[in-house]
Amino acid sequence: MTSSAPNSFRALPDPDGHFGNFGGRFVAETLMPLILELEQAYKDAKADPAFKKEMDYYLKHYVGRANPLYYAERLSDHLGGAKIYFKREDLNHTGAHKINNCIGQILLAKRMGKTRIIAETGAGQHGVATATVCARFGLPCTVYMGSKDIERQSPNVFRMRLLGAEVKPVVSGSNSLKDAMNEALRDWVTNVEDTFYIIGTAAGPHPYPELVRDFQSVIGNEAREQIMEAEGRLPDQVIAAVGGGSNAIGLFHPFLDDKDVEVVGVEAAGHGIHTGNHAASLSAGKPGVLHGNRTYLLMDDDGQIKEADSISAGLDYPGIGPEHSWLKDIGRARYEPIGDKEALDAFKLCSELEGIIPALECAHSIAQVMKEAPKMGKDKIILMCLSGRGDKDIFTVAEALGVEL
Amino acid sequence: MSDAIIGGKDRIAKRFAKLKEEDRAGLVTFITAGDPDPEASFEILKQLPEAGADIIELGMPFTDPMADGPAIQEASLRALAAGMHMRKTLSLVRGFRDQDHETPIILMGYYNPIYIYGVAEFLEDARNAGVDGLIVVDLPPEEDAELCVPTVEKGLSFIRLTTPTSDDKRLPKLVQNTSGFVYYVSVAGVTGAGSASNDQIIEAMERLKRHTDLPIAVGFGIKSAEQAAEVARQADAAVVGSAIVSKIAESLDENGKATDKTATMVTGLVRELASGVRNARK
Repeated sequence: MTSSAPNSFRALPDPDGHFGNFGGRFVAETLMPLILELEQAYKDAKADPAFKKEMDYYLKHYVGRANPLYYAERLSDHLGGAKIYFKREDLNHTGAHKINNCIGQILLAKRMGKTRIIAETGAGQHGVATATVCARFGLPCTVYMGSKDIERQSPNVFRMRLLGAEVKPVVSGSNSLKDAMNEALRDWVTNVEDTFYIIGTAAGPHPYPELVRDFQSVIGNEAREQIMEAEGRLPDQVIAAVGGGSNAIGLFHPFLDDKDVEVVGVEAAGHGIHTGNHAASLSAGKPGVLHGNRTYLLMDDDGQIKEADSISAGLDYPGIGPEHSWLKDIGRARYEPIGDKEALDAFKLCSELEGIIPALECAHSIAQVMKEAPKMGKDKIILMCLSGRGDKDIFTVAEALGVEL
Repeated sequence: MSDAIIGGKDRIAKRFAKLKEEDRAGLVTFITAGDPDPEASFEILKQLPEAGADIIELGMPFTDPMADGPAIQEASLRALAAGMHMRKTLSLVRGFRDQDHETPIILMGYYNPIYIYGVAEFLEDARNAGVDGLIVVDLPPEEDAELCVPTVEKGLSFIRLTTPTSDDKRLPKLVQNTSGFVYYVSVAGVTGAGSASNDQIIEAMERLKRHTDLPIAVGFGIKSAEQAAEVARQADAAVVGSAIVSKIAESLDENGKATDKTATMVTGLVRELASGVRNARK
C-alpha cells in the first residue's frame, strides 16, 4: 500500500489521533473523559515554556543527557562498509531510553494533580524507570507485570521493589506484556479519580502515541545535532529496534522529512517468522484494534490476539505503535525481521569489539547493521540507537548459550 | 428469510413496551457465547427466556477483554479453548432465533473480532441471524464512523455504555446515534467488581433522564435477587453478567467440562434474579 507523499511526515497525528488509518481512541467509555483530559493537559504543557524548562532540567541533571553519539570504530572496520554511530541511550540513568518518557509523563501527572501512578512492564525496564521517577517525585507506584516475565526478570522486580513500587503479578491470558497492559487498563478504569497511567511505549489510545514520541524525540534531536557536529552532514541511514517502538520513533521522527535519510526499524523474528513464534507484527501481522489503537497486530483469522515470542522480553509484544504502521504503509520506513540467534551473535560481537554489552532489544538492530553496513561504501554513515545496556539480559543470554551462572 | 427472524431495534422496543405494560423492570442476562463449550452454551441460551430473562446479552469471546473482571475473562478463554469463533457465535443466535422470535439478543464484546470479520459482512450476517443490537466496549462516540453509524443504518441498535464518568457535558455525545436502551455501568471499574449504592443509582438515573428518553438498564456488580430488585425499583432493567458466568464456572467438573448440572444451575440463578426483578415494584 502506498499513497502520495505528504508535505511533511512529521505533522501527524490529526486531531482525533490518527496516523493515516492507524491510531485512534478505542477505549471503554469510562476512560474517555480521562483521555480527553490528558490530551488537553498535554496541549497546555507543550505551550508552557516552564514545562519544557523543567523537563530539560531533569533530563540533564537526573537522566544525564545529553548522552554521547559514539563512533563504533572497531565494529565499522570489522564490517568493512559504512561508518557506524551509536546513540548511547544505555548511558542514561536506569540504563535505557525508557526514562526520557517517564520524566515527561510524571511531570504531566504532577501538573494534572494526580496522586497515584500505574504502569505496565514486560522486561521490567519501563517498570524500573517508572518506579524511579515515582521515588524521585514521591508518588505511590503500582507496576503490572506478567507472572511469566516476573520469573524471567527477577533482578528488575527486585529493583522496582527497592525503589518502593508495588509489583503486581498478572496471571490472566498469556501472563506476559499484553496481559500486563490489560490489567493496567483495568486498574485505571477502576481508579479514575486519582490515577495517572504511564504507558511505556508509543502505543495505546491517543494522545499516548504522540506524547511518548515527543518525549522520546530527544533521542533523534540530539543525535541530529551530534552527527552534524561529528560529520558535518546527516546520516544515510537511521536504525532502531521496535517492540512497541518508542526508542525507534524517538530516533526516527526528527529525520522523517530528510528524504535522503533511510529509515529502518528492526522487529523481533524470535524463532523465525515461518515458525509462527515471533513478535514481528509489521512483517507478519495485519491491521487490527487492540489497547486503544488501530495498528498492525499478530492475530488469527477470528481476530483473536496471538502471543508474541522473542528472546528479548522488551520486544515481546503482539502489536506496534500506530505511527510505525503508518510509516510502513506509506513506505517512509522499512521494517526488517531479526531472529533470536542473529541477535545473540550481534550481542556477542558488540560486547567483544566495542566493550559495550547491549540490551537484547538493540542487539536486534546491531544484527541488522551487520547486514546493512557491508553493503554500503565507506563514505556512508549509519546511525543506530543503542537503546539500553545489557546487564539485565546476562541471565537470558547465558541460558541461551548453555552457560550456567 | 423470514421477517420473524431478522434482527432489529424493533424487537428491543417491543420488549420494553411490554415491560412498561406489565409495570415492571426487565432482567437482562449475560452469558459468553460458547462458554463452556458451544453445545452447553446453546442449551443455556435456549432456556434463559423461560427462566425469566427478558433480554439476552451474548458475549463475543475475545482474548483480551480489557474492561472485564476475572469471571468474564475466564468465560472468554473457556469459549475460545472450546473452539468458539465469530461464525459459531452467529449460528448460536440463529439456532436460538429459530425457536424464539421475541427475546431481544444483543451481542456484546470488543471491536477487533468484528473488524477482522469485516463490518459490512458482519452486520449483514448478524441481522440475518436475528441479532438485534450491539454493545462494543472499546468504541466510544469518537469512533462512531467505524461501526456505530453502519449498525444504525442497518436497522440494528447500537447500545452505548454510560458510566459514572459520563457527566452532563459528555452525555449528549453518548446518547446520539444510540437506540434500544442506554446501559448504565453503575461503578467505574471492570465487570463483576463492587456495586453502586441506591442513592448513586438514583442520582445517575436523574442525570441520564435529562439527556435521553430511552429505557435505562443498570448493571455492574449485581449478584443477588435482592440487589437486582433494588436496581429494578429505579431502572427500566437490571443487567446481570459475572454472577451468571461464575455459576457456569462453578458447575464444571474438575476438567473444566460442562456437567448435567450446568444449565440447571444457571437457570436456577436466573429464576431467582427474575423473581427479584418482577416483584420489585409490588
